[in-house]
Amino acid sequence: MNLWVWILIACGLAYLTKLSGYFVPAKLLRSPRMMRVAGTMTIGLLASLTVVNAVASGQSLAFDARLGALVAGAIALWLRAPFLVVVIVGSAAAACLRLLGWH
Amino acid sequence: MKLLESPAVKVGLSISIATGLYGVSFGALASASGFNFWQTMTFSLLMFSGGSQFAFIGVVAGGGSGIAAMTAAALLGLRNGIYGMQMNALLRPGGWLKYPQAHITIDESTATASGQSGPDEQRRGFWTAGIGIFVLWNIFTAVGALAGDALGDPKQWGLDGAAVAAFLGLLWPRLKGREPWAIAAAASLATIIAVPLVPAGVPILVAAVVAGAIGWFSHGRSDEGMEPDVDPYPHERSRADQADQARKQRNAE
Repeated sequence: MNLWVWILIACGLAYLTKLSGYFVPAKLLRSPRMMRVAGTMTIGLLASLTVVNAVASGQSLAFDARLGALVAGAIALWLRAPFLVVVIVGSAAAACLRLLGWH
Repeated sequence: MKLLESPAVKVGLSISIATGLYGVSFGALASASGFNFWQTMTFSLLMFSGGSQFAFIGVVAGGGSGIAAMTAAALLGLRNGIYGMQMNALLRPGGWLKYPQAHITIDESTATASGQSGPDEQRRGFWTAGIGIFVLWNIFTAVGALAGDALGDPKQWGLDGAAVAAFLGLLWPRLKGREPWAIAAAASLATIIAVPLVPAGVPILVAAVVAGAIGWFSHGRSDEGMEPDVDPYPHERSRADQADQARKQRNAE
């Protein structure tokens, strides 16, 4: 139940953020600095989420089949594969490496 | 003009299919991360912002707390506020229309509208992409959630590897040029240093602060990182180039 609360707050914040763009005076948001922070933060968060999902295991670092998924996903992206193919390649790489005994 | 003959509607429909389809990966990953069917659907119906949705479930899957997941999702959604401002200026929605329009203000609807010229086509592009993605994203989230439940052990199917690839796939289109790579590298390094030191989920927020500070203190493109996951206009010059071109033309006139 606790998780439900955070999910609903996060959904509310997501909508209010979108809506704020339509009501907050443009001057406030149009500052190039604010725009840059929103953009660089997006890159930082996605990079961090990639790393955490690839090598973090709780509070320690683990090098396992997920690393193979990272490399395989990067190669698929390099070859301009569409998003869904990239995700399937990542999952197949991790599954195959596990079958080969690398957990 | 017939609606289907409008170039903006055509672009909007194709981006809807391309983006909507990968709702299936969100649904499957959410259910593999332990979210039940209605929690998963709540994300796609009410949060409706791919990056934020993946961020929330990614933090929880890594053992992070609900509050850390919420914070990561909220920070990742900040750019939608900028899009809202841009779409408000571009499409000038009146009165109550702002409320539904805000909900479908995401990377792809903004990019589709911005790529059109003329207010009517921009409006058609925005609404076609926004509504189309919303409908398909939710249908395919449901499909993914049901399939994920049926799969059993997510690790056996490599779904943790799918999450890694998904985040890399969301990051990739934003890595155009040297600066975004540098920001991504700094954020990755900060994450790796932070993992053993702070509770799970918090390293992502540390990286957000590092990347935000880089944006605050350095000077560069003000639209860095504002690329859609799926580019509605992949075969044309990048939007930055187009803006450059337009500026040069204006200066010449």
